[in-house]
Amino acid sequence: MSAISQARIGVITFPGTLDDRDAARAVRLAGAEAVSLWHGEADLKNVDAVVLPGGFSYGDYLRAGAISRFAPVMEKVVDAANGGLPVLGICNGFQVLTEAHLLPGSMIKNDHRSFICREQTLVVENNRTAWTNAYAQGQEIVIPLKNQDGQYVCDDKTLDMLEAEGRVAFRYQGWNPNGSRRNIAGVTNERGNVVGLMPHPEHAVEAGFGVDNGTDVRGGVDGLGFFASVLATLVNA
Amino acid sequence: MGRVVVDVMPKPEILDPQGKAVAGALPRLGFDGFVSVRQGKRFELEVEGEVTPEVLEKARKAAEVMLSNPIIEDVVSVKDASGEVA
Repeated sequence: MSAISQARIGVITFPGTLDDRDAARAVRLAGAEAVSLWHGEADLKNVDAVVLPGGFSYGDYLRAGAISRFAPVMEKVVDAANGGLPVLGICNGFQVLTEAHLLPGSMIKNDHRSFICREQTLVVENNRTAWTNAYAQGQEIVIPLKNQDGQYVCDDKTLDMLEAEGRVAFRYQGWNPNGSRRNIAGVTNERGNVVGLMPHPEHAVEAGFGVDNGTDVRGGVDGLGFFASVLATLVNA
Repeated sequence: MGRVVVDVMPKPEILDPQGKAVAGALPRLGFDGFVSVRQGKRFELEVEGEVTPEVLEKARKAAEVMLSNPIIEDVVSVKDASGEVA
């Protein structure tokens, strides 16, 4: 077995998580083992990376991600992330990571106040992170976007800092679907091991079940690069 | 039974989509003259016994750590509301 096929990637389930099965499936399609992690257990089961999937944990009560952030498993995630463990937050998972202060900024309701579900073009603004190194710098990818609280906000000082340090990982291309400041779709921490974004790479990982890409119906599998990236990161670590 | 009331509001510089929706709906119902609306949150924390300075301090801490997110919200007040009618 190669080092890649031995990689174990944890997927956390909180009460109200919706996309944990899809995330686990994406991990397996990329060639790694998916390990289910439970919000109530302070145990990461020695995984090599962690995915916080999308959904509506705790019904988005209080603020999206605000209650999940205090789950027993999150204390371990914060420690491990600060120690360099690759962590990816998708949609609600991104919201949990901002609430846990692993990533800067926060998400508020979409500026148009409606839930949105569409295939969205993004530009990879930083391909040097643990979750983006399989992409070319500036590459355009198309993956699904579906959220209600997806408007990325933070103060101007933080925005300027993120831009200066290359920590904007993804930007919306063509259309800003939720009013996010400076079209930001995803950000990374300083070290590049923690990445969060609102769109859903795990829904575009298998031909026939991906996004329409102009030639093949549901043939777009641009999301697979996230999982290929982290496997490359682990092999090269 | 003592009660602490915590009020949290979106920061002035942060867009408030919910407040905007309410502001848009008011004139349609004939409630004219309200030029803007901002929507916040009120938390009522009940305790056994009196609201002591220690209880208030704990409520302030909870307001900072959990009830609000300092990036998008301000805690505008934390007060003993034991005497108020619920």
